[in-house]
This record gives sequence, structure tokens and C-alpha cells, in this order.
Amino acid sequence: MGAKKKYQNRIELLQGTLDMLVLQTLQWGPQHGYGISQAIRLKSGDTLDVETGSLYPALHRLEREGWIDSEWKRSDNNQRVKQYRLTTAGKKQLLSERSRWQTLAAAIAGVLSPVKLL
Amino acid sequence: MRFPFWRRDQDDDLQEELQGHLAMAARDRMERGESRGHAEAAVRREFGNVLLITEVTREMWGWSSLERLWQDVRYGVRLLSKSPAFSVVAILTLALGIGANTALFSVVNGVLLNPLPYRQPDRLVSIYQSQRGFEKGSFSYLNLLDYQQQNRTMEAIAGYRNGGYSLTGNGSAERLRPAMVTADFFRVVGITPIAGRDFTREEDRLGVAPVVILGDEFWKRKFGGSESILGKSIDLDGKPYVVVGVMPSNVVLRTQFPNLSHRDIYTLIGQDTAPYFRKRSAAAGTKAVGRLRAGVTVEQARADFGAIANKLAETYPTSDKGLGITLLSLKEDMVGDVRPALLILLGAVAFVLLIACGNVANLLLARSTARKREIAVRAALGASSTRIVRQLLTESLLLALAGGAIGVFLAALGTSSAQKVLPPGLLPRAGEIALDGRVLAFNFVIACLAGIVFGLAPALKAVNPDLHSTLKEGGRGGSGSRHRTQAAFVVMETAMALVLLAGAGLMVRSLISLWRVDPGFNPHDVVVFGIGMPPGTDYSKPNEVRATVRAMDEQLDRVPGIRSHSLSAGAVPFQSDSGNGFWLENEAKPASADGFHMAETYIVQSGYFTAMQIPILRGRALTAQDNETAPKVAVIDEALADKYFPHENPVGKHLNLREWADGIEIVGVAVHVKQFGLEQDSAQGTIRAEMYLPLLQTKDASFFANLDVVAKGPLPPTVMEEQARHAVQQVNRDCVVFGAQSMDSMIDSDVEMRRLSMILLATFAGLALVLASIGIYGVIAYVVGQRSHEIGIRMALGAQRSDVLRMVLAEGGRMTLLGVAIGLCAALALTRLMTRMLFGVKPSDPATLTLVAVLLSAIALLACFIPARRAAQVDPMRALRYE
Repeated sequence: MGAKKKYQNRIELLQGTLDMLVLQTLQWGPQHGYGISQAIRLKSGDTLDVETGSLYPALHRLEREGWIDSEWKRSDNNQRVKQYRLTTAGKKQLLSERSRWQTLAAAIAGVLSPVKLL
Repeated sequence: MRFPFWRRDQDDDLQEELQGHLAMAARDRMERGESRGHAEAAVRREFGNVLLITEVTREMWGWSSLERLWQDVRYGVRLLSKSPAFSVVAILTLALGIGANTALFSVVNGVLLNPLPYRQPDRLVSIYQSQRGFEKGSFSYLNLLDYQQQNRTMEAIAGYRNGGYSLTGNGSAERLRPAMVTADFFRVVGITPIAGRDFTREEDRLGVAPVVILGDEFWKRKFGGSESILGKSIDLDGKPYVVVGVMPSNVVLRTQFPNLSHRDIYTLIGQDTAPYFRKRSAAAGTKAVGRLRAGVTVEQARADFGAIANKLAETYPTSDKGLGITLLSLKEDMVGDVRPALLILLGAVAFVLLIACGNVANLLLARSTARKREIAVRAALGASSTRIVRQLLTESLLLALAGGAIGVFLAALGTSSAQKVLPPGLLPRAGEIALDGRVLAFNFVIACLAGIVFGLAPALKAVNPDLHSTLKEGGRGGSGSRHRTQAAFVVMETAMALVLLAGAGLMVRSLISLWRVDPGFNPHDVVVFGIGMPPGTDYSKPNEVRATVRAMDEQLDRVPGIRSHSLSAGAVPFQSDSGNGFWLENEAKPASADGFHMAETYIVQSGYFTAMQIPILRGRALTAQDNETAPKVAVIDEALADKYFPHENPVGKHLNLREWADGIEIVGVAVHVKQFGLEQDSAQGTIRAEMYLPLLQTKDASFFANLDVVAKGPLPPTVMEEQARHAVQQVNRDCVVFGAQSMDSMIDSDVEMRRLSMILLATFAGLALVLASIGIYGVIAYVVGQRSHEIGIRMALGAQRSDVLRMVLAEGGRMTLLGVAIGLCAALALTRLMTRMLFGVKPSDPATLTLVAVLLSAIALLACFIPARRAAQVDPMRALRYE
């Protein structure tokens, strides 16, 4: 039962952010699950290591919400891969999540900024 | 978005996707220089629990709940079939409890809940003429006609009564059971003819050619169900009646007399030629049924009829003063008496089910100890508490539904065999008891509820263990709270068993009290049957009729099987009543109907006192000399003597009797006979005074038209009837003898409903006792098993066997005493609901309560004794050796 809680916690904390990161990654073009997790790792300078246990549920959830679409394709080495791409609704969702994130970041920055000594 | 049609496709897709991810990650690592084995192992570790990811991802799809349920069901079935002993015991216990509930509910459903089988039955009402002491009395014909014409709240009302006809001319004379009805009867109730037509209003009077409608049973039996009989006539009492139609033989509107079941024929009341019938003061057993107008309530109808009653009392004070109306819905009239008993029985059987559930819950709790490891492992693998609880509950529901399915069979068996054994007419609408849709739905709901009730506690307990220690220890120990729950269940079971035992005990005592009631006569070997005079007897010539009666009497004297007998008109105890008004010699003749003193009149011969063995307290009984030539005499009963001649000897005094004679001399005082029933006779308001008059002193010869014979003899009723028939037909071939019933059986049927309730309640109490004892045995045995290690240590440290015995018995004793104490409090509160069903004993009767408390404690302690002995015989070496 401890193991389950771990996953839930992870998902809960990052759910909004993970969604946003996935959507953002897909803006650069369709990608499969492994590719998305690599892209996020690279782009974040190895800081964000997305747990696969969070990634795949997120991908399927996003697909259910209609923000991404999936398709089975043949990769270069003839392996069947499931590729995801951003939908129009997904683009809108990405924009709204980005603006929410910016508001949140600005708010936190405001709290953290050094006290100006007069 | 592509939606795969089958779930399996989705599954496979996901697996492929995840495997693909793993493969790509491994390849990347290998490209960076790791060996294949190393890369794959690392990737797998990094990836995490594939199963869990699959699970969580699946959840995103939203298929889950149904999937999970099916998974749980399959797993549950597999698990239960692995422990067959447990499953069988649990299922059978539940089947008993659920089956008993279903059976009783099918009775409640058929009798109380189902609508009556007539058109719009909730608009039907029963109407009776009431008078002081007799609420559901009969209408006289003229009064009935007035009510029909003057009421404003009914669409129509109709009267019905019993009667008797002799069918002649078609083989040997046969006595028919008719119902006499008014023309509207079938229309009011809402029944259409099976063949031919209904009566018309125009036919319902004198001077019209008599018509008859056949009952369908008689029609099939006598005329083969052929429609050729329509339009032909049959001879009833010597007169031709034209057959105009066929109607159902059973139009049951009440369980008591007149009960329209198995009626051979229907004739019209308005065509009754008996002279006394048209007197406003003559009530010939006619009751009424009515159909309310749309939108009218029972209260409004009651007020309406009450107003008419008042008007009639003013207009006809001699006959109608003091007469009122009793009006109630037909359904209430039919089942109102039986409803309280049925509801109490329903409550009782619910207790039995709860006890059964308690036992199964304890079984599950004991079993969950053994399953602790399994559950701990599942939790460690990632199952949530809810999931585990849900799975355990599914198992419980499976048990319950299996028990319910078997319970349906048990219920069907129970109700069908009961219906064969029950006397007819005991339960109203007994023919409508069946396992219909509502009953099956009830069974299903009860099974589900039971499953939740007994499954919840063990399930919740199962998910609370300390994971770590459970996995380490291998499942031992830590059973403290489980034991407390089990003990709590046993205490509740004991309490409920006590309540049921108390109820049963009270009923048993009621019945014993009732049996002890002296009816005032000796019913053993006494048979009552009816004699119909030959059709065409001229009742305007009383001497001729008396001669026939005398001849019949002489013939009956000669029958070897009849030791003593008496012809009787008037009342017959437990069968029919016949009240008459009288006044004392120092009183003026009362001007109106309600001014008379009322007494039950028995018009009998001297043999009556011998046959019935009614003791005479003062003076003498009637003798053969008290005939039409002798002075008018009467024997009164002690109730009449006490009420109207207190502190004096009534023998030698005189009184006057309506429609009989003035100046009747009282020649004797007899013991009071319980005319209306062993219990009802003492109820307020029933006529208690009784009077015996000599048969041959009747002025009006039409009294002889319907005679009863009360005969004492050792042979069975049918044989005596046959012998009497043979004897009487020597006098006239067209005399009929019919309807033999033993007095014993008439008294039996008086207490029948109570006896049925007692048997049922005692059965439930017995079941409860057995189940509760098994429950307490089970818990103690379980505890002993769990603590055998501890017992071994104690014994090694010096405890004696008797100490161990005492310890275990104390454990059981505590539970029992607590249960009995709670049960006594509950019994004191609940038995009060039974007051109406009891006789001669208070609901809080201390003797009964003490007896059942002691009985239950003794049996419970006995149940503890067996495992206690086993505990005391534990070999300490063995117990210590095996962990």
C-alpha cells in the first residue's frame, strides 16, 4: 500500500505540470511515450526525470480528455510504436496552462523576492 | 481518437506500448555501451512496476468498476470452492434464515399486500348492521332495501347470505350450498359470468319465475360444464328454477360466516318466499358489500350510512332502534384480524436471519485470521483498502446470494407443504400465497442486505492488520479485536434468541390456558349435522310437521352408533348463534327492539343435556314431557340467573320471550356454555345469557325447516352422518342429512390461528436457539484454538485441567450472561407488541421469562462445555512445541 501512495503523490503533485510539459513537448511534433520522457529530460537539463508510472497514465488521460491523439506507426527500425500528437483543443489547453503557470511563478517569485532595505 | 471495440485490444495495445518503451530504452543504453543483460535489467528497474502502471493506466480508461467486479466474482467463486466445508455451512445457514424470511413474506404478500382479485378492490367496503354487543351483524331485507335506495355515497350495494336448498329430481336428493344474493352482487364486486348471464334487477322480487346461477365447480361436477343446462330448470326445494348463467364458486369476501366459498348455486334474495323474511325485524344472516362512488372516502360513507340508520331508527322504532352501521374497507375486514400476528411473525423471522448472519460473520472472522497473510501480500503489492474490502464483500455477497437461491427453494417447499396441512379458512386468501415477482425481489434484496450485514465487519477488520508483523509472524497472534467482535456478535445472537424464546414461551402458555378453559360442556365424541325437511313440507300445519319430527326422532333413537342425541333449532355452540329478546315477569313489555334483554336461545330436546353433558346446577333439565301439550318451560344458564335473579332462586319464577310465549316457567339453571368461543365468550358486549327451550313447544313450525342434530357417539362424523341419513330417510326419502362436524374440530378451529402462530414462533425460537448455540460453540472453539499455545504455557506453569476448564467456561459464561441480560430487557420491551395474541398470561410474565433465561443459559453453557473440555485436555508439550 505504501507503493501505491507513492505513485499517487507523484501524480497529484505534478499532474497539472506534467500535463503541461507533455503538451508542450508535443508542440514540437508527434512523439511516442519514450521519446516524450527523453525530450523532457533533455530540455530540463536532466533535472526532470519523468517516472514512467506517471507518464503513461497521464498520456492516456490526456487522450481521454481529447487534448492529444494517438496513432500506431512503424518506426525506423520497423518497430510498432504508438505516437501521440497535439489536437486543436490540446493547443488551447496548453495556452491556458502556460498562462496559469506564469501567474503561479510570478506569485511565488513575489513571495520569495529579497526584502528591500530602506 | 481510435476506440478499440474490445477491451482485450486495448489491453494488448497498452502492453505493446509499454514493451516498446522498454525496448527503446534498453537500446539506448546498449548504444551507450552497456551489455544487453545489464541494459535490460536497468531499464526494467527504472521503469518500475509494469503491472501497477498497467493498472493505473487502465483506470484512466474508465472500464474499471465492471471489470473489477467480474474479477472479484471470479476470484471469490474460486476461493469459496477451495474451502467447501466453510462454504457449505455458511450457505446452508444463510439458506435457512433467508428461506424462512422468504416463506413468511410470501404469506404476508399474498394475504396483506396483494390487492383483492376484484375490479378496483380498494373501492369495495363491507357493511354490517351493528347492535349492542354485535358489531358485524346482519341486515333485515327491508332495511337493506332502504339503505340501497337512500344512500348517496355508494355506486351500489349488494347483500349476500347463506341458505340451504335440497336439489331433487336428479338422482338422490342432494343438499346444496347456495349463496343468496341481491341482483347487483356480481356487478358490485366486479365479476363477469363464465357462461350465460348475470341476474337482472327486475328478477330480484317475488312473483317472477325463480332463476338460479350455477357455481362453476357445481356446474362442472353435476352437468359436465356443458352449456346445454342454460335455459333448463332444476328443482330446488321442489320448485323449478331456471338456470340463467354460471359464475365462479368462490367469491370470498370474509373468512367468517357467511363465507362464499365453494358455493354450488346462487339465488336471488328477493325471491325468498319465507314469510318471516319480509319482516323488518328479521335478520336472516344477510351481510352487505358496497362499491364507493369515485372520490368518496370510507369516512364519508360511514357518516352517510350512520345518518340513514338514525332516520330508520326514528321511523321504525320497534325494529330499528339501537341499530347502527359498521362500515370498513373490504381489505381491512378480511385481513385486519390476522395482520398483527403476521407482522409479529415477520419480525420474529427477521431475528432468525440476523442470528444466522451473526454466525456467518463469525465464521468469516475466524477465516480471516487464516487469510491475514494473503491480504497482507495483496496490500503490499499495491491493492488499496477499498479494493480489498470490495473484494471481501463480493465474497460475502456470493455466499448470501447462493444462500438466497437455495432459500427460495426452501421457501417454496415450506409454503406448499404448509398450505396442504393448514385447515382451509384459517388464513384469509390462503389460495393467493405464491412465490411471485415481489417475493423473489424481496428474497434478492434480503440476501444482498444479509451479505452486507455479515460481510462488512470481517472485511473492515481484515484490512487493518499491522502489515509488517503479520508477514513476519506468519499470521499468528493479534486476534484481540477480532475476538471482541466475535464475542459481540454472540452476545447479540443470545439476546435475540432469548426474545424469540420468550415470545414462543408466552404463546405456549396462552394455548395451555386456552385449552384449560372449560367450554361448559363435554365436546368429545359429539357430532353436529344438519337435517333438511323434505321439500313440500307445509309449515302452516304444525301438528303434521311435529309428527314428522317425532318420527325422525324415533328413528334416530334406534341408531346403534348414536348413544344420545337431540334435535336442535336455534343456536349451536361454536357454530351458529341465535339471539332472542326477553323481559321479566315484573317488567312491562319493552316498546322497542333495544329495550329487550338478550339471550342465546337453544331450542332442544331432553337428550341435549345428556349428549353435551351440561351440568345442571339447580332444578332440572328439560324432559320428554316438556312438549306442546305441557306448560311452557325453560332452563336458564347461570349467567342469566346471576344477572337477572341475583341472590334468589330463579327456579319457579317466570319470564316472557319474544316470538315464543309469555309466562314461561324457569325449571332449572345450567352451567354457562361458551357459545362464542373459548376466549371471545368473555369479551365485552357479546350476549352472555342463555336459555334452553323445548323443541316441541315451538309455536312457529317453520322453525323445523332447518334442524341440527347434536349426537354423541364413538364413531367418526361421516359414519354417524351416514347412519343418521339411513334412519331419517326411513321416514321420508327426501329428507337430507348433511354437514357432519365433530364438536372437537369446531373447538379446535376456534384456536387454530393462535396455534399456528405458536407453532411458527416456537419453530423460529428453536431455530434461533440452535443457531445461537452453534454460534457460541464456534466462537469458544475458535478462541481455544487460537490460545492453545497460551494454555500450554499455563499448564506447564502449573495450572490444573480444572483451572483451564473454568477459564474457558468463564469466557463463555460472560458472553451468555451478557446476552441473556440484554435479551431480557429487549424481551420486556418487545413482548408488549404481542398482547393481542396472548391469553391468560401477561407479556411480562416473570415465570416464562425466568424459564427461558435459564433454558438458554443452560444450553449455551453446554455448548461451551465441549470446547472447554477439549482445552482442558490439551497436552502442554504439544501446544508448546507447535507454533
